[in-house]
Amino acid sequence: MSQTVSKTPPPIAMDEKMKEIMTNYYIEAKTASDSGKRVAWITSGGPVEPLIAMDIIPVYPENHGAMIGASKMGGSLCEQAEAMGYSGDICSYARADIASAVTCGGPIGGLPRPDMLIACNNICGTVIKWYEVLARYYDAPLFIFDTPMCHTDYPEESKRYVQRQVHEYVSFLEQVTGRKLDQDKMEEVGRLSLEAQRLWQAVLDTATARPSPMTAFDGFYHLALIVTLRGTRVAVDYYRDLLAEMEDRVAKGIGAVPNERYRLMWDNLPIWYRLKWLSKKFAAHDAALVADTYNTAWCRSLRYIDENDFLGSMAEGYTRMYLNIGVDQMADTIIEMAEKYSVDGLVMHSNRSCKPYSFGQYDIQRMVRERLDIPCLIIESHMIDERSFSEAQTETRIDAFMELVEEKNQCKER
Amino acid sequence: MHPATATEKGTFMNELDHFQEAAKNPEGYGKNLKASGRPVIGCLCSYAPEELIHAAGAHPMRLFGTKEAIVNADGHLQTYCCSLAKGVLENTLTGRLSFLDGAVFPHTCDTIQRLSDIWRLNTDYDFFADVVYPVKLNTQSALDYTVDIFERFKKNLESWSGQSLSEADLTRSIEIFNSIRDQLAEIYRMRSKDPACLSGSLLSSVVKGSMILDRDELPERLFRLRKEIEEGRYAVPGNERKKRLIVAGSLCDHPDFFSILEESDGVVVWDDLCTGSRYFDETVDIGVPPLEAIARRYVERRRPCPAKHLSNTARGEALAAMAEEHKASGVIFFLLKFCDPHAFDYPYLKEYLETRNVSVTLVEVENQLPPEGQLKTRLETFIHML
Ligand code: SF4
Ligand code: SF4
Ligand code: SF4
Repeated sequence: MSQTVSKTPPPIAMDEKMKEIMTNYYIEAKTASDSGKRVAWITSGGPVEPLIAMDIIPVYPENHGAMIGASKMGGSLCEQAEAMGYSGDICSYARADIASAVTCGGPIGGLPRPDMLIACNNICGTVIKWYEVLARYYDAPLFIFDTPMCHTDYPEESKRYVQRQVHEYVSFLEQVTGRKLDQDKMEEVGRLSLEAQRLWQAVLDTATARPSPMTAFDGFYHLALIVTLRGTRVAVDYYRDLLAEMEDRVAKGIGAVPNERYRLMWDNLPIWYRLKWLSKKFAAHDAALVADTYNTAWCRSLRYIDENDFLGSMAEGYTRMYLNIGVDQMADTIIEMAEKYSVDGLVMHSNRSCKPYSFGQYDIQRMVRERLDIPCLIIESHMIDERSFSEAQTETRIDAFMELVEEKNQCKER
Repeated sequence: MHPATATEKGTFMNELDHFQEAAKNPEGYGKNLKASGRPVIGCLCSYAPEELIHAAGAHPMRLFGTKEAIVNADGHLQTYCCSLAKGVLENTLTGRLSFLDGAVFPHTCDTIQRLSDIWRLNTDYDFFADVVYPVKLNTQSALDYTVDIFERFKKNLESWSGQSLSEADLTRSIEIFNSIRDQLAEIYRMRSKDPACLSGSLLSSVVKGSMILDRDELPERLFRLRKEIEEGRYAVPGNERKKRLIVAGSLCDHPDFFSILEESDGVVVWDDLCTGSRYFDETVDIGVPPLEAIARRYVERRRPCPAKHLSNTARGEALAAMAEEHKASGVIFFLLKFCDPHAFDYPYLKEYLETRNVSVTLVEVENQLPPEGQLKTRLETFIHML
């Protein structure tokens, strides 16, 4: 075994490519008015494919929020939102984004002005309130794509309702742009979207290898395109290359964490302003976060969407998103993944920003413990409001948790 | 006042006593009703379609938070959850709601959505239903969908009760609830006209009590209560000279708040609360198929809960109109900490109202009211600035 040679793996080559694509994407979005293109702001789980098919540039306030968080500008923007009267207890993406809209603050000086707003509540009800704020501020038309919560199933009436909205959505876009949706283009975009999702899932699947060629932290970075550019050729090409790189790493036995000994799973959104810190912290314990519920959330619809009838089947795919299902189904998903990726422990981010993702975690934790007997750690934060984070406390808890993981593993080995 | 134990009829002098008693001890009332052979279904929010539950022969009872310490619910919900959801869960986990046959969870906010899962996984009542409302109320498809989910809920109730729910049953229930709503609105109007006819804290127990008391008896009770109010039995002279205000928010289960307000020279003349007008606002049309009629009330109501989307400014318009109609010069937002839908609306409503010369202040409560002295100073300052 190579236990003794602790070598940092080479950086992922595609990192640079990602930077380039995202820079171009934001330049294109910010200069949309020059090129005569329209801009739609859309929620991360929203049905973006019709926008792409109609040549509308989708912009994601949540991706913007993540960038704000990663550049550690969340705290000050959130503070500005609070000065505007927003409670410090609401989603920090929303707070930072609203403040950035008003002040043009943040790493890219704010997002381009929206011509329309698309809010889909398959991730939370928060986005409805957030987009209402934006609609008032920008005086832009708002379309709500309403995906009834699937607590235990996906009943007929939901199916009918969401399917009707697919048509309403297309009519809305046609009305705002004054153009017709090209059906062939729509199907092509749908196919590309599914292709990108399949490739992204394949990339994440490479983490089943031991050692894992990537960690969830790498995933949080490479995720950007599946959120912002799914439905485009760029995303497909990108993930194909990334997959090749990861497969190559697997073949060569290159692990993202040198001396990977423990494999962990992450739940909830990342703590964007502490990604590097957390990643180092776990790596120091020879632990790799090989799986998580966030990166995979964008692949869940794969099982429901028919490649040959995207518009006719996307309703189900978008309604049965990870956050739009019951806590017990979420637990099942976590347990399934924990087994698939052979994990030794579960790290749950109790995210004060995201109630629908976080409430129920205690119950999930119990179900996981009952069925898998793995240690579980809960760390609390507001995902991009760094003012709320206690580094010392988190550190102590991670150390204690890792001790448990180590003990459990020794028992297993014995 | 009466000790919290007496519930036998006849010991009460005033009609109001029944409301107060129920408001003070909903669980005690529920237990008695259940013991008399009536199934009881807990309702989580103002969007619970009570007519259907009533038509199925069960008693719909609104669930509230708790004044007791939170012990068990902390094992299921984080510290950043609103006290209503936590309190309801605490009540069920400690067995204080063991008299229930079940509960219904209308889909509204993210918190209730997850509370529904947690409840379903940790309790074993006979009956459980989610009523997954649309989030938007301004489309034909949303209305049709609402009728569909009521169809489903009706089927849930039928398979649980073993009896089919006829159109006549539904219409009868609609009529009862319409009468309740009409009369509550009438009491509000009486009080808006003459705030000295009843104190704010008593009024709040009338609404809360109405969410608990036997609905079959309630129309009669409200009728007698109105008479008593008219007779001046509950008069609080002086209230008519106080500054006229509106309270807006989700739940206000703190009758003391209204007393403190009245001591501070203000008086609430209307509200936008779940424990207030959101309960009785607008009636259900008769002559339309019942499920559609009930759906229309929820979908078309002009004063929706902030967890629902009617338009971008619906609530601002509604509150401004309310202030004008009731000649209120200020709105007090009474918000529960960690309540996202209301917190999101606050900055815009404040601006919207202030530009229309309605003053605004915010009182945020976690589980208990802020210390009385502190609250009073704040309210007095606000009221004197009006
Ligand atoms: S972080 Fe959670 S609450 Fe915030 S927008 Fe995303 S899903 Fe909604
Ligand atoms: S505020 Fe809205 S969601 Fe909350 S209890 Fe009231 S009506 Fe229901
Ligand atoms: S609407 Fe607010 S108060 Fe009501 S359950 Fe939701 S978060 Fe709690």
